[in-house]
Amino acid sequence: MSKTIDSRIPEGPVAEKWTNYKAHQKLVNPKNKRKLDIIVVGTGLAGASAAASLGEMGFHVLNFCIQDSPRRAHSIAAQGGINAAKNYQNDGDSVYRLFYDTVKGGDYRAREANVYRLAEVSNSIIDQCVAQGVPFAREYGGMLANRSFGGAQVSRTFYAKGQTGQQLLLGAYSALSCQVNAGTVKLYTRYEMLDVVLIDGRARGIIARNLITGEIERFAAHAVVIGTGGYGNAYFLSTNAMGCNCSAAIACYRKGAYFANPSYVQIHPTCIPVHGDKQSKLTLMSESLRNDGRIWVPKKLEDAKALQAGTKKGSQIPEEDRDYYLERRYPAFGNLVPRDVASRAAKERCDKGFGVNNTGLAVFLDFSEAIRDFGKDTIAARYGNLFDMYEEITDVSPYNEPMMIYPAIHYTMGGVWVDYELQTSVKGLFAIGECNFSDHGANRLGASALMQGLADGYFVLPYTIQNYLADQITVPRFSTSLPEFDQAEKDVKDRIARLMNIKGKSSVDSIHKKLGRIMWDYVGMGRTAEGLQKGIQMIKELRKEFYTDLFIPQLDGVNTELEKALRLEDFFLMGLLVAHDALTRNESCGGHFREEYQTEEGEAKRDDENYFYVGCWEYQGDDEKDPVLYKEPLVYEAIKVQTRNYKS
Amino acid sequence: MWLINSSIGRKVVMSVTGIALVLFLTFHASMNVVALISAEGYNMICEFLGANWYAVVATLGLAALVALHFIYAIWLTLQNRKARGNNRYAVTDKPAMVEWSSQNMLVLGIIVILGMGLHLYNFWYNMMYAELVHDPEMIAMATNGVYHIAKTFSCPVYTAIYMVWLAALWFHLNHGIWSSMQTMGWSGHIWFCRWKVIGTIYTTVIILMFAAVALAFAFGYVPCDMQAPACGGCLLG
Amino acid sequence: MANISFTIKYWKQNGPKDKGHFDTHEMKNIPDDTSFLEMLDILNEELISAGKEPFVFDHDCREGICGMCSLYINGTPHGKTERGATTCQLYMRKFKDGDTITVEPWRSAGFPVIKDCMVDRTAFDKIIQAGGYTTVRTGQPQDANAILIPKADADEAMDCASCIGCGACVAACKNGSAMLFVSSKVSQLALLPQGKVEAARRAKNMIAKMDELGFGNCTNTRACEAVCPKCETISNIARLNREFIKAKLAD
Repeated sequence: MSKTIDSRIPEGPVAEKWTNYKAHQKLVNPKNKRKLDIIVVGTGLAGASAAASLGEMGFHVLNFCIQDSPRRAHSIAAQGGINAAKNYQNDGDSVYRLFYDTVKGGDYRAREANVYRLAEVSNSIIDQCVAQGVPFAREYGGMLANRSFGGAQVSRTFYAKGQTGQQLLLGAYSALSCQVNAGTVKLYTRYEMLDVVLIDGRARGIIARNLITGEIERFAAHAVVIGTGGYGNAYFLSTNAMGCNCSAAIACYRKGAYFANPSYVQIHPTCIPVHGDKQSKLTLMSESLRNDGRIWVPKKLEDAKALQAGTKKGSQIPEEDRDYYLERRYPAFGNLVPRDVASRAAKERCDKGFGVNNTGLAVFLDFSEAIRDFGKDTIAARYGNLFDMYEEITDVSPYNEPMMIYPAIHYTMGGVWVDYELQTSVKGLFAIGECNFSDHGANRLGASALMQGLADGYFVLPYTIQNYLADQITVPRFSTSLPEFDQAEKDVKDRIARLMNIKGKSSVDSIHKKLGRIMWDYVGMGRTAEGLQKGIQMIKELRKEFYTDLFIPQLDGVNTELEKALRLEDFFLMGLLVAHDALTRNESCGGHFREEYQTEEGEAKRDDENYFYVGCWEYQGDDEKDPVLYKEPLVYEAIKVQTRNYKS
Repeated sequence: MWLINSSIGRKVVMSVTGIALVLFLTFHASMNVVALISAEGYNMICEFLGANWYAVVATLGLAALVALHFIYAIWLTLQNRKARGNNRYAVTDKPAMVEWSSQNMLVLGIIVILGMGLHLYNFWYNMMYAELVHDPEMIAMATNGVYHIAKTFSCPVYTAIYMVWLAALWFHLNHGIWSSMQTMGWSGHIWFCRWKVIGTIYTTVIILMFAAVALAFAFGYVPCDMQAPACGGCLLG
Repeated sequence: MANISFTIKYWKQNGPKDKGHFDTHEMKNIPDDTSFLEMLDILNEELISAGKEPFVFDHDCREGICGMCSLYINGTPHGKTERGATTCQLYMRKFKDGDTITVEPWRSAGFPVIKDCMVDRTAFDKIIQAGGYTTVRTGQPQDANAILIPKADADEAMDCASCIGCGACVAACKNGSAMLFVSSKVSQLALLPQGKVEAARRAKNMIAKMDELGFGNCTNTRACEAVCPKCETISNIARLNREFIKAKLAD
């Protein structure tokens, strides 16, 4: 426990750190850039923007993704928007305010210097994206439009209909395509990274499986960057895409990279409730709906029972019998409280028996008042596509009946530990985007995931990686026939053979569903020490079942079951990490809520005295061994740590 | 050369030749209507468009347009079939907004070409060709267009074939007019609707003009300044 | 909510050179609020428990935005819905008890089959790489509000940019033409001042690449816009034609 974790934050006042860093960092001259290879795994906002920017600078980039095209990375599904401190609305926004809001929203568990840098570069992101042709919403005067979004008191969110993530990703994808055309980036689609190769303690390559031929291939480079997203799918049901996985991050973790704050998992309050056990994923309804929709459950238990039995409809319950519990509990922010607060409040009501659908796990999001006040046309113009999507899925029109929503796993604030330079604890290995842990603390505010992904990819990593590469220019290109590659490839092949030879009866998905159930029940929204311990036991038992009863068809080439099995094996390890971290963190903060640690009103109770640190977990050489915790103490220079208050 | 090498270029050739042919049809239809009013007037036009150098040049030009339009159609179709791949769908369901004609332009075009062959045999062969080769037997009636009209449509089989031909032409043009505007880039949310309406009206008017002349003669109409001919050209006697 | 039973007829093909064939399977008591892809998950569970090879198809986000899913269902790309939707947004309530549901891959020379209903759409990436972008250096642009764009143009560019690159347009087109896809990208950038600088180059390069990759010629049948899950229209194609012809005439 005595290991010191150095986050390598530059000296100086928080507002000058990044400028100072850039002024003094080491650079690589143009001629030498061409001699350096960089592997970027992932083509989401972070991966694509990093690969494009690095390629454009002159590095030789190898870019990998598991999908058939870089454009399909799950960043594409982000709906709401992207924050920036432009202050275009003249409502008093500033870099400092965005920085402050993000740190506060993250429940004072983010690294101050990183967040300030994020807020600082946020404006450049908007400029960059507009220049790429991202069609952000505009006002009649031709200027960019903004809206206020999840927990912010200023309108700083830029958006492109309900498809902001798509448009930003397509922007990054087009920049990437431009570089592919220029020959600086080589794309490898339908490739899955299975291991990172270390030579003399530095990351020097990866082992990847060609998902079409099934072959295991080796790739060498001077540095490896992973931008492979979060681990929400450990819960099986989440708003993540089916293919989202944490295998690349776990591969790095197994090779010595710390995993930080895994217990910080964001549960998004506005998802379409679970409808049955065949369900494969949960669909998010944009948080922007909370701008006009009012969240409520019935005041009377008998009304809730009638709703659950299907004998009553939401619209039949009179106004005076509705409990607008967010407005009641948080008068200042009302329906716009941060995600963790809104999610927990919904769970609290449903746990008390006020749930409004057949499973009792749903609350209403009601637009009747907004439709009355602004007219159906205005509401349709704002949310038409979301309403249509809701109706398509549930067969109920939100114009006539209130929507039903329930929280679901959405985003993971935890991730691979990185220092200020986004370098992991393994030299030459970098992590960007959702995949790393640094910027959102214990809870992420709406519209800042896109901001962080692009900040890392366009504006941070392309600088900081040079500080590492500057003394690598004399290192010649690596051969993939080095013994380290042989060993790594053998390990991967052995691992695959082991799984293929189990020859049991259970499909990957059937086991994954069980894991998801355990994660949701014991490592989900409301955690207790007892439950977590039980969860850990259950995960370990289920893992035994996985190793003895798994079935994978014996196929060469495309083998989707094998892909899923490898990912599931890593989700087990991930699930345990989340549980261990949650068990150690004896406080409630942001996305981590321990039922033992709450105020009398049921609010999260932080313990800054004992838990004001980043929890960094180290792998102990074997999946069966429990990980070991190190602590990176948080140092706040600019912001005074306070209790979050969304009441007044 | 982009009119050969690029897909849009090839389509532009189809559009331009197509529109030129539509203009020719417009002229042809207007000319035919004269036959309903005055045999003498019509024959005057026939004489004017006989074996004069400008008429011959125009005819050659027309032939070139048709040839280009046809060759490009075949070429595009072959390319398109190749692009479709070797495997066909087992089940296909045509969306409501897809016009039948749009997916069968080649078939319609072939019907139009075949009809045109017959038409050339019925008229052009007896008229301009006869003049060009100075066939002593045919030359006498070579500029008597009304005679040929009356002779052809006195046969019900010809009339029926011509009606089928005109119907195919209607479908072909009804899609072709807006389609060529679309291909040349003169379309959009608003103009698309306009061209569709314009195309349908224009096509219908032209086809009605052709059909009116054919049907009038088939049902025994005789222009006031002309004598009824005997049924000599009918295949069935 | 009700349960339905039906026969599913799905395409099996082991690689691009294999001839391929249909397999059939009886599906019993499927809840009608199951999505089409969840129904296929159930199919695969049943196949796996019977020791058979699972049916391979592309899918990912399952919320209609990633463009990964690509199934030709009962003669329509993505299956028939009232408004445009991708396969993952198709629900079993659209089918009746006793139906036979035929599932095929996109069939087009531009999209060779990898396995079963998984096809190779890298051709789309290559077309974008040929010019579907504005060339801007990271970090150098002017302030975002320095470029004023009329709301109508921005909105229309947004509609064009909504294309998810799924390839339904190519799958539906009897000519295997990729014009709706290409035109949507060209239109988006042609409508915005940022894209004007490279407009001519973009139109020419993207069309040249599209032709080179063996996609067919557009014959304006409108089958593409009829099946587009994002409601892209052939106005985009007219705009692409205009941009291309303008570029060629200017040469």
